[in-house]
Amino acid sequence: MLRILINALRTGVVTTRYPAVPSVPPERFRGAPVLRPGSHLPPPAVCPAGALSEHLDTEGRRVELDLARCVFCGRCAEDPWAGAITMGRDFELAARCRADLRIEVAADNPAGPANGTPADPDAEAARVSSEIHRVLGRSLHLRHLDAGSCNACDWELSALLNPIYDVRRLGIDFVASPRHADGVVVTGPVTRNLETAVHRTVEAIPEPRVVIAVGACAASGGIVGEGYASAGGVDRVLPVDVYIPGCPPRPEAIIFGILLALGRLDARHPRTG
Amino acid sequence: MDELRACVAGSVDAAAGPRPSDLTVRLGRAEDIAAAAAVLIRLHSMTLATIVATDETGTPDRDLKVRYIFEPAAAGAADRFVTLLISIDTARPEVPSLTTAVPAANWHEREMRDLFGIIPIGHPDPRPLVLHDGWPRGVFPLRKAFDGSRRVPVEPAGEFPHLVAEGEGVFEIPVGPIHAGIIEPGHFRFSSVGETVLRLEARLFYTHRGLEKRMEGLSPLDAFYVAERICGVCSVAHGLGYCEALEQIAGVDVPARARVIRTIALELERLYNHVGDIGNICAGAAFHYGVATGQRLKERLQQMNERLAGNRFLRGLVVPGGVRLDLSDDLLGALAAALRETRAGLDGLMGRIEANPSVVDRLDDTGILQHQAALDLAVAGVAARASGVNRDARRDHPHGAFAGPHPPDLRVVTVSDGDAMARVTVRAQEARESIRLVGELIRRLEPGTLQVALPEPVPGGRIGISAIESPRGEAVHWLRTDASGRVERYHLRSPSYHNWPAVALAAETAIIPDFPLVNKSFELCYSCTDR
Repeated sequence: MLRILINALRTGVVTTRYPAVPSVPPERFRGAPVLRPGSHLPPPAVCPAGALSEHLDTEGRRVELDLARCVFCGRCAEDPWAGAITMGRDFELAARCRADLRIEVAADNPAGPANGTPADPDAEAARVSSEIHRVLGRSLHLRHLDAGSCNACDWELSALLNPIYDVRRLGIDFVASPRHADGVVVTGPVTRNLETAVHRTVEAIPEPRVVIAVGACAASGGIVGEGYASAGGVDRVLPVDVYIPGCPPRPEAIIFGILLALGRLDARHPRTG
Repeated sequence: MDELRACVAGSVDAAAGPRPSDLTVRLGRAEDIAAAAAVLIRLHSMTLATIVATDETGTPDRDLKVRYIFEPAAAGAADRFVTLLISIDTARPEVPSLTTAVPAANWHEREMRDLFGIIPIGHPDPRPLVLHDGWPRGVFPLRKAFDGSRRVPVEPAGEFPHLVAEGEGVFEIPVGPIHAGIIEPGHFRFSSVGETVLRLEARLFYTHRGLEKRMEGLSPLDAFYVAERICGVCSVAHGLGYCEALEQIAGVDVPARARVIRTIALELERLYNHVGDIGNICAGAAFHYGVATGQRLKERLQQMNERLAGNRFLRGLVVPGGVRLDLSDDLLGALAAALRETRAGLDGLMGRIEANPSVVDRLDDTGILQHQAALDLAVAGVAARASGVNRDARRDHPHGAFAGPHPPDLRVVTVSDGDAMARVTVRAQEARESIRLVGELIRRLEPGTLQVALPEPVPGGRIGISAIESPRGEAVHWLRTDASGRVERYHLRSPSYHNWPAVALAAETAIIPDFPLVNKSFELCYSCTDR
């Protein structure tokens, strides 16, 4: 017992101060891909998750990246596309609207204007968020719901409770029963075998409730997509309040998303290079 | 071969393959499968590695095929797979069941009944395994004629016919599929008298995503990204297993430096899992200092992973043909420091666990898996080695740096007790061995190229097979390309697939309150079982 106390004192405080102090991911970290307008952007087939798409308009070829689908593998930023796309280090990507996660740029036409994210169409989402803030205050008790994840997102949610991230310091906790929860964090694309359980769990949570889709599979189907055994994303079966991209999102990206759901952050941070 | 011919009535055709050291035996009559399997198991001490069904109606053979793949069970045997291949007529898709003679075949046969409509005649369990909730009758998703890209609606279904014990004072306790903690989904049905578990039935495959079907028809280079995402905590192992199978098909040799980096990644994956698992086992004994310490050590390693690979689960390091990222001297220095800290932290944690009677008492004699049961079920990994089964794919099916000309030494840790304490001990020893191995590999790292290009398209109509020692144990990957070099069929037999039935057996030696300890001491993945 004495040994344990001595060890605990010697270890000291290991908890991060995020979000009060910003977190800088390591150099190799693959965050949001940055598309350089007017450059030779890759064809959609390069992306194994189907996050890239293209269309032609009067201005020429436009390439769109869906961050909700992106698995951050970095393939589109490799030769021969290196330079046209680079893997940025921005990880605070959560958004209230699926449309906010689509980035569109004009390719092959240096004169074409860069079209970043479209104008924020989430007045309704903001209203819901402020309602949540009003009812639930600054604290949030969540139920985890694995809807068919590969367990990477689940382990990152577990990590939120470790001594480093310790989300309880932010008034966030995970509870055992949906009856005790203010909302749910869903991982996985919603498999056919879990669809019934997903509905039952969410319906057991008292309203108003928040639904947070964690990771590419939950946010869009990700690399699993839609299939005989997969619905292809949480919003195919129930309304989602916040989408957190990542494969998996790092723990601080999940904290950012949960705080966004709580209305404790105004909106997405401006994109950094 | 002569032994095989003597035991079976039909024709026996043998040829080398898929690898030159392997053997594929084509049996003329499906009825001969049981006798042929018995020859391999009894006379050649082999064990079931995996069973792969394929729909080859689109090929000139116009049939379904089942490949029963065996591997040596003994420590130190040559690296070899023996495939027994039978052809099945689509008009009468039936095979004799092996399950009563080879218990490890149980789930494989139920899975091929669900996904291919191949009926194992004489199988003791008629219930579906993979497909739940009113799945339409007569629809088999892994048949080539089935379009797997559309959702199949969920239909109302009756109560699943669980096998339960009956009698005075027998209680049934249903748990899951959604659990009270942050864990993966599965349904556990306990039959108990008082606290004693009479029987446990685990119903899994809730996270079945149809990933094997998803990969079919893709370019093997695209399908890699799916394989790497079958399971979070086995990302390196499954990515590597897929790559090695694909590299066999492509006939390329991975550069020496890439092999060493791959094995470093594999050992780092084992290390963060084992350290975290030891911490999580402490949760089952309400030893919170142990939980917090395990979490802290694991977090330190995952932050190191992110520095090395740009991803906390080491995704994006291993790629077909080699590795994507080099390890600079700066990073290797930081890694060495992280490993020194982990070693000291792990020794401290194990010291506190072993000196704490309230933890040791909970772990000792809890959830015993008998040696013979581990052999019968072809249990893999930590669970096997803690029950005295001396098997480790790093030695038995060399891969990564172990397949090189001067493989590093490997000490395979075995303990004979088969209880939760034995599984903790094996994990701690293996974690120390991983730290030592990474140190040795860093010293051996020679300058060199990182990647070779794979031919595009990849050669068609070929099979690749690999076995990787993941943190949970041996995973067997089987990949076949179609005539145009795309993925025709990929199958993963994860270690958890063979180990889940062992959890149910071990739980039957325990009491209900100890189940979390039993379960966490096995620490299996649902996602790589369910796929």
